[in-house]
Amino acid sequence: MTPRRQRMLTVALVLVGVGLAVGLTLQAFQENLLYFYSPTQALAGEPPEGRKFRLGGLVEEGSMSRQPGELKVSFVVSDLEQSLPVTYEGVLPDLFREGQGVVAHGYMEPDGTFRAEEVLAKHDENYMAPEVAELLAEQGHPVKEQAAN
Amino acid sequence: MIPELGQICVTLALCLAVVQTIFPLVGAHRHRGPWMAVARPAAAGHFVFLAIGYGLLTWSFITNDFSVLAVASTSNSALPLMYRIAAVWGGHEGSLLLWVLLLAIWTLAVSVSSRRLPEELAVRIIGVMGFISAGLLLYILSVSNPFMRLLPAPPDGNDLNPLLQDPAMALHPPMLYTGYVGFAVAFAYAIAAMLAGKVDRQWARWARPWTTAAWLFLTLGIALGSWWAYYELGWGGWWFWDPVENASFMPWLIGTALIHSLAVTEKRDLFKGSTLLLAIGAFSLSLLGTFLVRSGVLVSVHAFASDPSRGIFILGLLVVNIGGALALYAWRAPGLDRNAGFRMVSRETFLLVNNVLLSIAAGLILLGTVFPLVLDALEMGKISVGKPYFDAVFVIPMLPLVFATGIGMHVAWKNSDPGQLLRKLRWPAIIAVVSGVLLTALAWGTGPVLTYVGVCAGIWVILSSLRDPVMRLFGKGPRMTASTVGMQLAHAGVGLFVIGVTVTSTYSIETDQSIVPGETKQVAGYTVTLKELQQIQGPNYTALRGDVEITRDGQPVARLHPEKRIYRVQTMPMTEAGIDAGLSRDLFVALGDDLGNNAWSVRIQYKPMIRFIWFGCIVMALGGLIAIGDRRYRAVARQADAPAVSGTAARPA
Repeated sequence: MTPRRQRMLTVALVLVGVGLAVGLTLQAFQENLLYFYSPTQALAGEPPEGRKFRLGGLVEEGSMSRQPGELKVSFVVSDLEQSLPVTYEGVLPDLFREGQGVVAHGYMEPDGTFRAEEVLAKHDENYMAPEVAELLAEQGHPVKEQAAN
Repeated sequence: MIPELGQICVTLALCLAVVQTIFPLVGAHRHRGPWMAVARPAAAGHFVFLAIGYGLLTWSFITNDFSVLAVASTSNSALPLMYRIAAVWGGHEGSLLLWVLLLAIWTLAVSVSSRRLPEELAVRIIGVMGFISAGLLLYILSVSNPFMRLLPAPPDGNDLNPLLQDPAMALHPPMLYTGYVGFAVAFAYAIAAMLAGKVDRQWARWARPWTTAAWLFLTLGIALGSWWAYYELGWGGWWFWDPVENASFMPWLIGTALIHSLAVTEKRDLFKGSTLLLAIGAFSLSLLGTFLVRSGVLVSVHAFASDPSRGIFILGLLVVNIGGALALYAWRAPGLDRNAGFRMVSRETFLLVNNVLLSIAAGLILLGTVFPLVLDALEMGKISVGKPYFDAVFVIPMLPLVFATGIGMHVAWKNSDPGQLLRKLRWPAIIAVVSGVLLTALAWGTGPVLTYVGVCAGIWVILSSLRDPVMRLFGKGPRMTASTVGMQLAHAGVGLFVIGVTVTSTYSIETDQSIVPGETKQVAGYTVTLKELQQIQGPNYTALRGDVEITRDGQPVARLHPEKRIYRVQTMPMTEAGIDAGLSRDLFVALGDDLGNNAWSVRIQYKPMIRFIWFGCIVMALGGLIAIGDRRYRAVARQADAPAVSGTAARPA
């Protein structure tokens, strides 16, 4: 092989590799986009059927309940317009509280409740996840920011 | 008074940074000696004033001066002294001042150790660093002033985020920033070389130790952050592909590619264009990372809306620095590269593949990190990109890279004989495959194919790295330089890391359980008993402390004390996990919530070989440290100019 042909071959191999990688990753990208919905949107059926998404809102005061001694917990997430019951089994994050913002990752059950596989707490100094804060602001209920943060 | 004094010092530092930019750059352009001579004194003064300014800000934190806004928002009188000092970089304003101070320290280091460099190159580097510093200082003084007063002063401060009240987290930002800012040196080298229109082997040799030093700090900084997330966030995960983490990881990937590209430029006078581009890229991503993380934009584009002056300033800074560098590149880079050939099987090919794969990984991570921001800014919905995407785009380019690394280390420059290579690497390859499969199967039982592949790849890189040093012990093989040994050690670190990641992600056991004091649970062959729960008092928190006994086959293994803390000022609950660390496995117990009926939720985890992840990072950094110690980086310029390519064809970099 002449050096020139060898170089061409190298370039071709790299291109094929890159192409393959790009194809595979774009597919992975497509499959792993997680959309964020409010309870109102979720109840209106906006999330595609059977697809996982992120649900954000406030944990309604007094809505948290569990059988004593059981891991399974249920609470209601609201955007101050509509409310959606959520179930979760596992350890809740430290920042989870009634009246505070929450983002849950999961899917809609056929019975119209949201099954959370993961309940998220941000590890920064704000209690409110920004998506939730914006959501509430859009609906005309701006949340007072934590002082001096 | 003290904060005002600090502000004056920082303002003076800004003035000196402007001097440090203009005189050396113009002087070098017009070949004016006296102008160029301004560079070093200006850099020294710039550093001194910043150090005093930073010291005064720290003093305000130590003395609890809550009339300073930054102190009031991130510190508290009950905070231990160490964390009051760390609280300086706990907020946006103070952390940027630290950033600039570190930049001044790097500049000082360059100016002190650059006596051997041609004067024009040295002062241009100092000038470019002065320019970067001036931009940031302007930003700090105009829209992000850490000395801002808060009147009337509150009686006490808002306290440091409890998550940050931890030794590793206190060290993490300075370490990470030292790495970020260190890439400014490589960036300045690239700009200086392009301004001079000359990129040669000697230039690459000078730039290499600086780049490796920055990379070393970044490696340690990221590892510290990962370790902290593991034990402090209470989830037992070590990497979340969180945008904040990605922001630090992208410069690392590009910086790693830069180190390898510089090796080719130094040894073979090739890859100049990509070396320059990677130097620009590594620093641009560092700059982007600093701002994105600290301005809150990563979590929401609309963080800009609440403070548009900051946003516009940041955008301006990024455009000037990155855009200017790229424009200069477009103007100067064509014609830099010479057309020297290399064969398919050669060190150059392997390093090219390395750079391409690392850049692809960084690019795809950037896509996953920034795409949601773009959609959000365009009001096209809020999305986030899930962990599986990042896992895939990282593993797909990295797995072949790990295999190639094992070969690449032994390939000669220019042209290598595949047959000889095969003979050399036959045994390491066979041993890696056999031991990888056997060890995995014996230790943890069956797993997916990819797990075996990962473990074999890790062992393969380690064996391949050790081959030459071991042969050398028996008196065979070529003599090795410090940079060769460092390279081999760093690659062995990659191997350890790969093994750790593979085993942990396949064989970890994570369970959430409900447990009553006195009750016993079985996890991964261990018997976990919650003996009792008791209330304890810390300096600025109260905590519920569990006493957990772990046994295996009746033998005691560990006694863990996980805590659930409530910090008084921010009334924020915090999980302090109990961890029994070991080389082969970690046992991790975290207290959850009160479930009623005297029961508590606990998270019990078994994490095999997770220590290898951070251990691998430390070994990588150690390799970098040894490589920096290579004598040839300190050799006088004249010696290094002697022709070396012909004689070093077979010598690894």
